[in-house]
Amino acid sequence: MVSIRSIPSHPSSLSTNDLPWIVEHREDRCTLCGKCAAVCPVNTLKLTYMRKRMPKIAIDSKERGSSYKTFVGIRQNTDVGRRCIGCGSCAMVCPNEAIHPVFNEADRHRFMGSVGGDAPKRGGRRNEVGGSLLDRIVFNRISMLTDPALDAGRHEFTYNTILGRVLPPEEYVRRQQTGEWIPPTREIFPFIIGSMSFGALSPNMWLGLLQGVAYCNEVLGIPVVMCTGEGGCPPWVLRSPFLKYIILQIASGYFGWDEIIRAIPEMQCDPAAIEIKYGQGAKPGDGGLLQWFKVSKLIARLRGVPEGVDLPSPPVHQTLYSIEESVMKMIQTMSMAWNFKVPVYPKISGSTSAKSVLNNLVRNPYASALLIDGIDGGTGAAYDISLNATGHPIATNIRDCYLDLCKQGKQNEIPIFAAGGVGKTGNVVQNALALIMLGASGVHMGKYIMQATAGCLGSERNRCNVCNVGICPKGITSQNPKIYRRLDPDEVAQRVVETFQSIQIEVKKAMAPLGRSQSLPIGMSDALGIADKDAADRLNIKYVC
Amino acid sequence: MCRLAMKTASEAFSPFSVLTGMEAMQEGYDGSGLGLLLRGLEFADYKYNGTDPILSGIAHSEKALKRLNHIMEEQGFSLKYDHEFEVRPELVEADDRHQYLLRVYRQPKAWDSLTTDQVEHELMMCRLGLRSNGEEHDGDLTAFSLWPDVAMIKEVGWPLGVGNALGLDSGRIKSRVCFAQGRQNTNYGINLYACHPFFLQGVATMTNGENTAFVPIKDWLSGKGFPGYMGYQSDSEVFAHILHYVTKKLGLPLQAYKHVITPLANKDLANHPQGDFLLGLRQVCRRLIIDGPNAIIGSLPDETCMLAMDAKKLRPATVGGNPGEWAVASEMCGVDAMIPDRDRSKDFQPMRQHTVIIPPDRQELEIWSQFDQFPLTQAA
Repeated sequence: MVSIRSIPSHPSSLSTNDLPWIVEHREDRCTLCGKCAAVCPVNTLKLTYMRKRMPKIAIDSKERGSSYKTFVGIRQNTDVGRRCIGCGSCAMVCPNEAIHPVFNEADRHRFMGSVGGDAPKRGGRRNEVGGSLLDRIVFNRISMLTDPALDAGRHEFTYNTILGRVLPPEEYVRRQQTGEWIPPTREIFPFIIGSMSFGALSPNMWLGLLQGVAYCNEVLGIPVVMCTGEGGCPPWVLRSPFLKYIILQIASGYFGWDEIIRAIPEMQCDPAAIEIKYGQGAKPGDGGLLQWFKVSKLIARLRGVPEGVDLPSPPVHQTLYSIEESVMKMIQTMSMAWNFKVPVYPKISGSTSAKSVLNNLVRNPYASALLIDGIDGGTGAAYDISLNATGHPIATNIRDCYLDLCKQGKQNEIPIFAAGGVGKTGNVVQNALALIMLGASGVHMGKYIMQATAGCLGSERNRCNVCNVGICPKGITSQNPKIYRRLDPDEVAQRVVETFQSIQIEVKKAMAPLGRSQSLPIGMSDALGIADKDAADRLNIKYVC
Repeated sequence: MCRLAMKTASEAFSPFSVLTGMEAMQEGYDGSGLGLLLRGLEFADYKYNGTDPILSGIAHSEKALKRLNHIMEEQGFSLKYDHEFEVRPELVEADDRHQYLLRVYRQPKAWDSLTTDQVEHELMMCRLGLRSNGEEHDGDLTAFSLWPDVAMIKEVGWPLGVGNALGLDSGRIKSRVCFAQGRQNTNYGINLYACHPFFLQGVATMTNGENTAFVPIKDWLSGKGFPGYMGYQSDSEVFAHILHYVTKKLGLPLQAYKHVITPLANKDLANHPQGDFLLGLRQVCRRLIIDGPNAIIGSLPDETCMLAMDAKKLRPATVGGNPGEWAVASEMCGVDAMIPDRDRSKDFQPMRQHTVIIPPDRQELEIWSQFDQFPLTQAA
């Protein structure tokens, strides 16, 4: 008999079977090297002494038939805060394939997710397993007899896009004749590395990305640009010729802008663009969030804050009274800071009100583009509720906005960029081209880039997703040098280059059979089909089955 | 594939000579229709002054004809000449062609005070009014053009057969420019408006090939809010509208057309004397970039004719002739049939960068390359 009080059960106690990931450990293969326990980012593994019964058959003995053996084994911590996150670091370091996490469908830890009165927070994307709507769109206007297909391997293709305000042709010709100001534009690769801040990303990751981007531009001639996110930019980058590949983001916390403003007189070139973040798809209505774990000395210096404090940006810009005012003030101020030579555009989270924002921008001669970030967008830190349930899917948002611009004949004037779940299941080019043919001028991708270039382990089964607490097992989103030194910037740069090369090939492979090579097929909705009647009707594309 | 034939000559000629060119190219296509555009008109039984608007179309019933008369009278047009085709109805495939219209009107007196632009706008609106009136009445009235010195005929059937059916061999109509296209748009349902050549305010084109970038171009033109940018029963109609847009709305020279539909790549623009201007033009007219494969034959109000290709896939087209008369056809045998007596070694087949321009004096061809400077000093 065991006394009731000795059973360690309290309301939030869980067994390993209640956890999202169960660590499977094979004692017969384990050499007790301890690497798994050392590498585990959440310290879920603990080496403990355990006892097991060793049954033996002793027919003629007077002894009882069992003896016990004490051994060192691995136990999985069942605290919610130290539950296994499924990252698989243990499996990666184990010399004998003795350990790996297994996904547990019966997970019920989420009911205990709120610790200390705070709601669950994490990094990553909306946890929705399976392909997105974009994955189901096919390109079905195939050129064959009436229009011969192109050769993706041998023909020349033009698929760059324009970031920046484009004048109506009549106005362009008039201003050329009178020598008036013509809004700045950039010809860029339509796949943009989306805003991931210096702070959210580790210095090694950030440097690797920048190295890769510079190589793409300067050696391969692929004009890739990347956005800083909120949090500024390392001072040496601001004063380097690489600044032209960088979109500087200003968000409601204005972090890093002290450094940027100070650097303006010393800049060797203009940045690619300025992104004003009003919202993001992963956590609409929230400002940026950098949790204290990640506010290292370097980050604190860049952002002009004390070390080790939470940095939640306000949900809105302090200047924001109305969209009209904000658009007018911020876009104009930013344009003026760079002498009206740098495109300035807002980023908003996908919303049913996206069209009103767009229509405001259409009337603002300085607004250069609109970036809409859909519900599947990723983040370094947000509340679960924001990630999972708040926001607007990107496809219909883009389509509605594009068709609205078409009605006004302004679809070439304000480029719309799409973000949020592009490449969520790995089909980055298919997703992006679907969005482009629905009307986007290009896509921003963040999570995909982390996954493709640095091996980010996060998934929509809530695997890993601990970007917020700075313990990223790959060193991508950590500010702890002991962790981020695992990530070699050169290797990240190599992967960036390989990723963009492969994207480039896939873009050609998708455009060639459609007979398109002269320009990016923006709005070529006649080439899209989907085996879902409702989606087809809603997006105004063909239903195919 | 479509068959295209175009002839332009200083001396007016019968459209039938172009139809014989079509006949020569008969192999390998379905010959399902004929579209004709005549410019620089002469009538055997009427002295045309070259400035009065001419209405081309079809009244499919007596009722429609009456309605048309009423509309034109109400607008203030007065009929000066009603060309009577020597129709042989037994040769016409369709059975609802009450009367082919080719009428010269005097423009309304009230328009005398209007500027040229305003008159051109009124003419276009009047044609669109007739078109929509026909569409409101089950398509019983078809209006192809209402413009000075332009006649258009479109009909279903074998091109030479249509010519015979309408008595075009009688020599009663002659023109200095004649476009002929030999196919109904069989990609979609038969619709006379879908037949080339396409016409808008004096600007006309006909095209061989398919327009893969049709939808984005159409979406952009439709959004301009210009009433003439409509129709699009054929994906080739946008080529006429782009030519209209470039020359009339942007006021750029004909050479700019090529820069709009097939702009040069960055590396070429970097060495181009007007690279900066053209780079900007490429951006602002980005939605008008075509992807081919197309051969585009066009004509402007001053009787200038042109031929250009898409940038990569190209469609066959040959230009040849003598000073004073030039022919363009999708097959060489078509040029042979239209102008047999010429130096064939001087025939020319444009490549990706070329625009062949036949100026109104028709003395020599201008083979203009996109890599060359183009005549727009003030803008570039």
